[in-house]
Amino acid sequence: MTAASSPASTPVTGSGEQSRAPGHGFSWAALLFLGPAGLLLAVFIVFPAIYTAFLSFNRGRGGEFSEWVGLDNWIRLFTQDPNFLRIGFPPSGALWNNVLWIIFFVSFTVLFGLIIAVMATRVKYEAWVKGIVFLPQAIAATSLAIIWRFVYSPDPNTGLLNAVLGIANVGPLSVLGNPATVNWALIAVGIWGSVGFATVILSAAIKGISSEVLEAARVDGATEPQIFWRIIVPMVSLPISVVAVTLLVGVIKLFDLIFVMTTGGPGASSRVIAFSMYQEAFPSGQFGYGAAIAVVMLLLLVPVMIFNIRRFRAEAVQQ
Amino acid sequence: MATVTFDHLYKRYGDDVVAVNDLNLEIGDGEFICLVGPSGCGKTTALRCAAGLEDISDGQLLIGDRVVNNVAPKDRDIAMVFQSYALYPHMTVYDNLAFGLKLRKLKKDEIDRRVKEGAAILGLEKFLDRKPRALSGGQRQRVALGRAIVREPSVFLMDEPLSNLDAKLRVQTRAEIARLHQRLGTTTIYVTHDQVEAMTMGDRIAVMRDGLLQQIGSPQELYDHPLNLFVAGFIGSPSMNFATATADGKNLVLGGVKLELTGQQAKAADSRTDGANVLIGFRPEHIELANGQESDAVRFPAKVEVVEYLGNEELVHAQTEGNEIVALLPSDKKVVVGDNVQFAIPMEKLHIFDPDTEKALAG
Repeated sequence: MTAASSPASTPVTGSGEQSRAPGHGFSWAALLFLGPAGLLLAVFIVFPAIYTAFLSFNRGRGGEFSEWVGLDNWIRLFTQDPNFLRIGFPPSGALWNNVLWIIFFVSFTVLFGLIIAVMATRVKYEAWVKGIVFLPQAIAATSLAIIWRFVYSPDPNTGLLNAVLGIANVGPLSVLGNPATVNWALIAVGIWGSVGFATVILSAAIKGISSEVLEAARVDGATEPQIFWRIIVPMVSLPISVVAVTLLVGVIKLFDLIFVMTTGGPGASSRVIAFSMYQEAFPSGQFGYGAAIAVVMLLLLVPVMIFNIRRFRAEAVQQ
Repeated sequence: MATVTFDHLYKRYGDDVVAVNDLNLEIGDGEFICLVGPSGCGKTTALRCAAGLEDISDGQLLIGDRVVNNVAPKDRDIAMVFQSYALYPHMTVYDNLAFGLKLRKLKKDEIDRRVKEGAAILGLEKFLDRKPRALSGGQRQRVALGRAIVREPSVFLMDEPLSNLDAKLRVQTRAEIARLHQRLGTTTIYVTHDQVEAMTMGDRIAVMRDGLLQQIGSPQELYDHPLNLFVAGFIGSPSMNFATATADGKNLVLGGVKLELTGQQAKAADSRTDGANVLIGFRPEHIELANGQESDAVRFPAKVEVVEYLGNEELVHAQTEGNEIVALLPSDKKVVVGDNVQFAIPMEKLHIFDPDTEKALAG
C-alpha cells in the first residue's frame, strides 16, 4: 500500500468522485514516512504470521523446526481429529462450537443490547440500568468465569442456579458437566458479560436518532414494535455492525472463559479454536499441529477484516 | 376532512408550567388556520396535543365529533409535517412516501398510485429512488409534505415547516402549500412564528402568547382591529409605532401637541379621566406627510433622523415628542435627514390602548 492510494489519506469533498492525490505512483518520500511503521508491522505481524503458516506444514515438536510433514497436520485436523471437527449429526468439535458461539453469542448480545438500550432511554433511571448492565465489563474475564462456575455448581449450597431450581424441585443439574448443555451455559455467560458493551454503544447511537423521526413514524401509523424494527434498527445498522464485528473478532479469539470454567471439558466438548490451539501447541507440545489451528483462526478473521475495510471505505466516500 | 375543536384545553408540565392555558378554538372543515406567536408561546405544544404526541392535561380535543384525548396518533387520521422534516434517512423517497400506506396495509397498486400521484403534485417524480441525504433542503421539504398528502388524512398539522429553508425558497414553498390547500381542501393547522407566513397563508390566524390565545380572526381583522397591544405589535411589518399620550377631554395630548379626535377615538379618550395615560398606536404605512388638506386626521411634528431607502418606499425613523417612530413613505417624497416634518394619521387608523390592561380602547 502506498500513501497516495489509501482512501483515508485523501480528503474527499462533497458527494462527487473521490479525488486522488497527485503523484499516484511510487514515491521515495512516502517510503520514508511509511518505512518505520511498515518495518514494525513486518517484524511483529507479517513475519510471525508467515512463520506460523510455515510451521503448520512441520511437525515442530519440542519447539524445534524438525521435520517437514507436508499436509499431514491439515489432513489430520479436518478428518481425523473429532476434538477439532467431527462432521455428523449433530456436528461437534472446537470449530463447530465456535460456529455456535458466533451465531448465538453475537446475535443475542446485539439483540439484548438493542432491546435494553431502547427501553433504557425511556425510563428515568436510565443511568442506573446502563451502569448495572455494563458492570460485567469492568470485571476481568477470569473473575467472571469463576463467579459463574459457582453459579453453575451442582451443589445447591454453592450454586445459585441449582438453589433456584431446587425450589421448583428440579435438579440438581450439572450444566457444565453435561456435553449437551455445556456450550449453551458458556454462551449464556458470554452474553451476560458482553451485553453491557453492546448496550452502551447502541444506546449512544439510538440517542442520535431525532425524536421527530420517531414521532413522524408514530403519526404515520407505526406501532412501537414496528418503530423498533423498521426505523430504529435500520437507522443504527452501522453501529450494530460495529458491535457485531467487534464481538465476532472477540469470539473467534475466545479462550479465557473456556479455560477457567471447563478447560474444554467435559472431555473436549466445550473446546473452541483458540483453546484447541493452546491445548495442542503447549500442553501436548505439537507446535506444528497448533500452528495449523492458528492458521484456521487467521483465515476465519480474513472475511471480517475485508468487511471492515470495505465499510470504512464506504464511509469515507459518504462523508 | 373534519373540524378540529380545542375545548378548554390545558397542557401543564409539573405544577408550575402551563404551556397551553384554556385554549378554545374551533377550526372549520377545510379551513387553513395559522397558530402564530413568539417562541415559547405554546403554539407547538397545542399542535402536538392535536397530533397526540403530548397528553392533554385538561379539557377536550375533538376531531370531527369524536373526542380524541386518549386516541393514539395513528388512529386520529392526521398527518404531520415537522420542522426538521423528520424523513426516514434509510428509506428512498418512494419508501418515505409509502411507509404510512404500507402500515395501513393498503394494496400494493393503490400505494403505488398514491405515491406517484403525490410525487407528481410536488414535482418529486425524478427523486423517487433517492435517499433523503441526496436531496436539497427544498426537496426534502417537499418529500415531507408528500408524505403527509399521500395519506389523504382529514387534518394536516404543520409545525414551522418552512423555518429551515432560505428566504427565497420559503416564499416559493409558501405559495406551494397554499396551492396544495386550495387543491386538496384539507383542514390544516399551521404553526409558525413568522407573522408574514401567517398573514399570507391563513384563512384565520390565532395569535398566542404565554400559553394564552390572544385573538383569533382573519388576517385583515387582526391587522385592522387588534384587540390588544401584543397583537397590534406582533402583526404587521414593520411593526406598529406606540407612544404614550394623556387624556384631555375628548382629545389626547402627545408631548406638547394636542391631538384632536373624533368618533370612536374621541369616545375612548373621553372614557379616561383627564390626565390619565393611554398608549396610542399607528402603523408605519399609515403615516402620511401632512399637507393641511386631510380631514379627520391627527397631525404632529417630527424630526427625521434616519432614512432607509428601499426602492419604491423609504423607512423614515423620526423623533416625535420624545418617542421614536418609524414611517413608511413613498420614496418620491424626498424626505432628508434633519428635516422637520408634519406627520398625519387618518383617524380610523389610530389605535388607542389602555396601558394597564393592554386592551384596545379604540381602533
